[in-house]
Amino acid sequence: MSIPLDKREITPAPPTARPAAGSSDWLARAQEAVLPPIVALLIAAVVGDVLILSYGQSPGTVYRLLVEGTWANAYGFGQVLYKTTTLTFTGLAVAFGLRAGLFNIGAEGQLAAGGFMAALVGLLLPSGLPALLTLPLYIVVAAIGGGIVGAVPGALKAKFGAHEVITTIMLNFVVLALLNYFTAAHLAVAGTLHTNAVHSGALSRLATFWNGFHGSAANLVLFIAIAVTIAAWWYLFRMRGGFELRAVGLQPEAAEYGGVNVGRVWITAMTLSGAVAGIGGLNFVLGYKGYYEDGFASGAGFMGIAVAIVGRSHPIGVLLAALLFATISQGGLAVNALVPQQIVDVLQAVVIIAVAASVPEVRRLLRAAAGRAAASLRTA
Amino acid sequence: MTMLVLAFLAQTLRIAIPYLFAAMGGVMSERSGMIGLTLEGYMLGGAFCAALGAYYSGSAWVGVIAGAVGGLALGMLYAVSCIRFRGDQVVVGIAINLLASGATRFFLKLVFGSSANSPRVSGFNARQTGSGLAALAQNPLVWLGVGSVVAVAWLIYRTPFGLRVRAVGEHPSAAQSVGISVPRVRYFAVGLSGILAGLGGVYLALDQHQFTTEMTAGRGFIALAATIFGRWDPARAGLACLLFAGAETLQIQLQGSQSIPTQFVEMIPYVLTIIALAGVVGRAVPPAALGKVDTAA
Repeated sequence: MSIPLDKREITPAPPTARPAAGSSDWLARAQEAVLPPIVALLIAAVVGDVLILSYGQSPGTVYRLLVEGTWANAYGFGQVLYKTTTLTFTGLAVAFGLRAGLFNIGAEGQLAAGGFMAALVGLLLPSGLPALLTLPLYIVVAAIGGGIVGAVPGALKAKFGAHEVITTIMLNFVVLALLNYFTAAHLAVAGTLHTNAVHSGALSRLATFWNGFHGSAANLVLFIAIAVTIAAWWYLFRMRGGFELRAVGLQPEAAEYGGVNVGRVWITAMTLSGAVAGIGGLNFVLGYKGYYEDGFASGAGFMGIAVAIVGRSHPIGVLLAALLFATISQGGLAVNALVPQQIVDVLQAVVIIAVAASVPEVRRLLRAAAGRAAASLRTA
Repeated sequence: MTMLVLAFLAQTLRIAIPYLFAAMGGVMSERSGMIGLTLEGYMLGGAFCAALGAYYSGSAWVGVIAGAVGGLALGMLYAVSCIRFRGDQVVVGIAINLLASGATRFFLKLVFGSSANSPRVSGFNARQTGSGLAALAQNPLVWLGVGSVVAVAWLIYRTPFGLRVRAVGEHPSAAQSVGISVPRVRYFAVGLSGILAGLGGVYLALDQHQFTTEMTAGRGFIALAATIFGRWDPARAGLACLLFAGAETLQIQLQGSQSIPTQFVEMIPYVLTIIALAGVVGRAVPPAALGKVDTAA
């Protein structure tokens, strides 16, 4: 039941560990949270320049095209919003785990399981039911699908001490293979790897409300993502369960000593984490296609790890990081005519490595600076 | 009957070679306390560099060296990020895999102008054709792959370096207190891990005479599963590789009869690993310092 020390590096350290106090404490915390992503983006920009130049293109032109293809036109922005939606769910899922000191690498499988369960129920429902009735049902069903997949590694860790990083990775392969089997062998429309459309409850795309988004996949699930983000913040920072969860993440031994059942918190955290990822499946299944398609997750679960890390495991940070990674991802398509879109995978990897490597460094430097400032105040 | 058994063994060995290389890399890395999530990335990087080296030199051996260097380079990036800068091993590990996937496709387009595969490269051509053991025996990488198990077992259990690797992986502060440089041992172990897993990728590329995008297809994770299922012991991990490869071979040979769906055979390594970690049949206990930030350094 030993918790790797580095797990705690992910979440901001407890406020008591800080040398400064009062309003400067808030500032120090903000600096510690925001500086690593900024450093990372600068490093990524340099690497990006080198790669673009190696391809004989001008970085300025490529970056301009990236912005034009994402934020400067309604279709591109709609696509960014669509990708943001899924990444918000998977990012929140990973962040939930990290806050409890757990690494959920299984968001990919949980996302797929949530979408699959929703589609399965959608195929059993009669047609013509009102969305007011079906939407809550879909959310619950998707949450159960993802939640079960998340609960398994949580329970394995609590009961047997099996490391969740390995079990979630292994479970991804198992779940994706199972879903592939059920889809291919039983549910798929002949000649495809997708199911029939759900009978009722498919959600409208944003283009229905504003024609500018025409053709983009952005849909009403975006608002569910925002609601879940707020709910996650409320749970983590305003509710007893969230407090226990964070306590376990910071110091499991101390939490245990303080009367928290650490094993139960692990299971709860992983179940909630999986459930949030599972609801993300609705974005594709209900909002975009109306059916389940094998492989629809296509890496969004893994990207959730990057989103949670760059968003510093804070729900608002996750939302912003999801927007950032969605922009980079959509931007890759926009610049593909000039440089291969795979450049964005490289840049995303650089951002993740740079954030992970600069978090401890930034903290050390800021602490040292604060220590010097405090020392000079005392001697003055 | 004997022919069938021999064909089965040959096919199993052929599938197992990349697993053996990568799993030995996994044992090296994890025994020193560094999580082996990066094996997939090393393999992919190794495969691409092998194709690159073999294409421009026309020599398979240059490809082997290039592939080892490719794996080593990714290993060093992982090591520097996690040891010098104390980045989280899981986060950096996942990113290394993403980097390998993106960079190989980016440079494939840049160097060969293709988004799918490299041109044909030379390999270790067997004079005898066929998939039998005799043809395999002419591929030096097969011997290297099998030999890597013996080499890593000898290195870990019979040399001072191996003792240090184990000490650093189990109790870094104790190792440091007797004068062992924990970071240096880990750099070496991760470097070796990158070279070994890179060679696994080399085998794939030279065996198929080309690099294709995502050609490792999760083999690095199967190798990681073998590392854990083999309880971080080279010989047992090697046997786990053979077991997983044997299951795949069985699946391929049974394909006509449709008795077991492919997906269920694909699951075998992962399910077995989860069961092993849960301790249902003999508990798998990882090196104590695995994944921990080295506070002593």
